[in-house]
Amino acid sequence: MIIDWGFLLGRLSLDALPDNIVTVLGALGGLFGVLLIVGLLTVTRRWSWLWKTWITSLDPKKIGVMYLVVAGIMLLRGLADVVMMRVQQALFATNGAGPIDADMFQQVFSAHGTIMIFFVAMGIIFGLINLIVPLQIGARDVAFPLLNSISFWLFFAGMALMNVSLAVGEFSTAGWLAYPPLSGLEYSPGTGVDYWIWALQIAGIGSLLSGVNFLVTIFTMRRKGMTPMKMPIFVWSVIGSMLLVVFAFPILTATLGMLTLDRTIETHFFTSDLGGNPMMYVNLIWAWGHPEVYILALPAFGVFSEIVPVFSRKRLFGYTSMVWALMAIAVLSFTVWLHHFFTMGAGANVNAFFGIMTMIIAIPTGVKVFNWLFTMFRGRISFKTPMLWFMGFITTFTIGGVTGVLLAVPGIDFQVHNSLFLVAHFHNMIIGGVVFGAFAALAYWWPKLTGFRLHEGLGVAAFWSWLVGFVLAFGPLYILGLMGAARRLDHYDASLGWQGLFVVAGVGVMIILLGVFFQVLQLAYSIWKRDELRVGTDPWDGRTLEWSTSTPIAEYNFAALDAVEQRDAFWAMKSSHVREEATKFSDIRIPKNSGFGPGIAAVAFVGAFAVIWYMWWLAAVALVVTIVLAICAGMREDVERTITAEQVAAIEKKLWRTRRA
Amino acid sequence: MSVQEEALEEKRLLSKTSVGFWLYLMTDCLLFATLFATFAVLRDATAGGPAGRDIYEMPLVLAETLILLTSSFACGLALIAMTQKNIRQVLIGLGVTFVLGATFLFIEVSEFTKLISEGHGPQTSAFLSAFFTLVGTHGLHVFIGLLWLSVLAYTIWRRGITSKLTRQLTLFGLFWHFLDLIWIFVFTVVYMMGVVR
Ligand code: HEM
Ligand SMILES: [Cu+2]
Repeated sequence: MIIDWGFLLGRLSLDALPDNIVTVLGALGGLFGVLLIVGLLTVTRRWSWLWKTWITSLDPKKIGVMYLVVAGIMLLRGLADVVMMRVQQALFATNGAGPIDADMFQQVFSAHGTIMIFFVAMGIIFGLINLIVPLQIGARDVAFPLLNSISFWLFFAGMALMNVSLAVGEFSTAGWLAYPPLSGLEYSPGTGVDYWIWALQIAGIGSLLSGVNFLVTIFTMRRKGMTPMKMPIFVWSVIGSMLLVVFAFPILTATLGMLTLDRTIETHFFTSDLGGNPMMYVNLIWAWGHPEVYILALPAFGVFSEIVPVFSRKRLFGYTSMVWALMAIAVLSFTVWLHHFFTMGAGANVNAFFGIMTMIIAIPTGVKVFNWLFTMFRGRISFKTPMLWFMGFITTFTIGGVTGVLLAVPGIDFQVHNSLFLVAHFHNMIIGGVVFGAFAALAYWWPKLTGFRLHEGLGVAAFWSWLVGFVLAFGPLYILGLMGAARRLDHYDASLGWQGLFVVAGVGVMIILLGVFFQVLQLAYSIWKRDELRVGTDPWDGRTLEWSTSTPIAEYNFAALDAVEQRDAFWAMKSSHVREEATKFSDIRIPKNSGFGPGIAAVAFVGAFAVIWYMWWLAAVALVVTIVLAICAGMREDVERTITAEQVAAIEKKLWRTRRA
Repeated sequence: MSVQEEALEEKRLLSKTSVGFWLYLMTDCLLFATLFATFAVLRDATAGGPAGRDIYEMPLVLAETLILLTSSFACGLALIAMTQKNIRQVLIGLGVTFVLGATFLFIEVSEFTKLISEGHGPQTSAFLSAFFTLVGTHGLHVFIGLLWLSVLAYTIWRRGITSKLTRQLTLFGLFWHFLDLIWIFVFTVVYMMGVVR
């Protein structure tokens, strides 16, 4: 009997390897990077160190750092995609030649959008939340440490899947939201859309679990005395964001699930025949997608609301209205999704409703802007890098907001829908808001986490490069959009006279890259000169609890858990001079390391890869292993270890002494 | 740790896990809400294939409903027995829950296979895609519930009723009742409203 072993590999064959020179170089570059890291780890014998102190760690501070590292690397990859698009549009788009063909151009913008939203912006947000929230609420940990690790590793697995598509197979050509019927089986029979689906599905489930985890953390683990209205405003912004995660991500999960069914067992949810309804998909994906924007933006607002008071040396103006604004934005963000497809034929009244709802969101956002400005008013402002990023944010974000309100008018939207005007608008919000927010947060909290500052001059240089580059890169897109340039064009006619503006935009990207270069340099230089840049536990004269503990921070965060009496708890402690180092300690229990997170994520990766390539037997194996792992994770016993009071005393003594030295 | 601290810790754990589990249930609710919305939109998109009233077998569906509700009742009894630390009754209650749940699933799977063998599979029309997916997702949840239930029963049998198992059993109870609730909606929206129209 002859058995056909072909089923083992599904549709995977040597054809899956890239043949286009640009992709080959990209894939080789990635492979080389991975090999380099693996080699370095092996040569320096760091594997067990890596496994014990990072990979299996359940410490949210470590997990947060890992999120940020992944997001940073993905930012570089996303930028590489941008460079390709910009080179193509500035130099080759009018004569048809050039290194990038239409199919590849589509893969590039799809990959750029997907990576930037899911693996850069989301990574930044979850990284910051992991690092800062437990500290700010004065807790020692998150509610479910193992779940937290699983979330991170699922995020990692999604990221890995996304990047593997560079070397094995192809990526989606259907844009970052993969509208059907283009993303259906009929028009995208390859593996690209499947990679997109599974990268998002796996990372998305990780986000969902994180959402639950952090809500429970904030609801149940706050320091004694920290009533809701005494919480730091960043924590409120995280509540808003995580509520949105919990409400919106299930919609994404279900929608991607249905698209998967359409593509694998050929159901007809979103096909254009047999009753399928592609518009259903567009509605569902934006019912998740619009809240997603605020999932990213709210924590950035929170970051700035922490930074502005500290660097203005004043209390936050209008704390209560800030809280209400955050919550109002969170609720309203579920009522506007249709503004993404005004042109798709819902009646005038429907469009008017969603247009007005969209404009209403500008009100709470305006409240926030004025609160920040009033906080600065008559403050003693010091323009350190975090504050510079804030200034950059407030200007770009306001411009983005104004163009957003323009787009919310259905009549105007009919003109500029799907044009570069829109692309300029959302980058204004997302770069000005989320990315600048992340850079501000990094500069602000870096000394708390490491014990030394980042070099100020290089930070300032990076800021100005980013700001100038940003204006040059996206200003022309507004004009181009008004001139009629559609988004996602790999090609246009020379007679349109667009090329000049595209060249300017390309120059803008180069200046942004210069900014990134300064940032990398800043990190490297600051780490190198860390002794000169060393600072104490509270370098900015902070107001919230994270600044009250030692630097570096002990794995249990706080040795003693004194009750909180006021908002700006640490500020209150400092000004009433009640702050003294604890002398009496008690035992602290912290979770033991666990390999379940990386394990489950590895299995998810394999399972998804198998489904993408139709290796059904492997998918089945992965499913069974997942179930077994889940059962084992549920049956774990003895998951904590104790740090005794004496050990705590010794650790504290050492940590606080390093500060004084 | 002193006994007092131990008790406090246990209370804290219980509140954390139950808040977390309620939130999880809410996310699951939204997942179903999405599928229900899709079903509502695609219900009439039969594309020349059968409509709901042509294929539903209401007596069987009614039986399914009663079986699932009874299994929830048995699960409730098991939870009461748990508070009295009566291991035997807990196990009996869980056993009955399992058998009824499995019967429910069996009926559902045979309904599905019958439809598919008659050529009314999920590929036939958008309506059937939505039908199979919505009902099937509920069935998948029941299946996962059965797995969870078996593991719990096994550990209770081996280790007795520890505080951790008490917690997990409470959560399982929530889950099982939740599936009931979803089924009531499936019964009403998918089946009842399907035959009435
Ligand atoms: C840092 C500098 C960045 C530059 C220069 C840049 C540039 C671009 C360009 C040129 C496009 C394609 C426009 C077209 O359709 O012709 C694009 C699309 C897009 N970008 Fe960016 N981008 C940047 C950062 C980001 C960030 C940080 C995010 C999100 C967090 C983001 C999200 C997106 C999305 C979602 C798309 C749409 C992709 C699609 O059409 O499917 N970008 N960007
Ligand atoms: Cu929107």
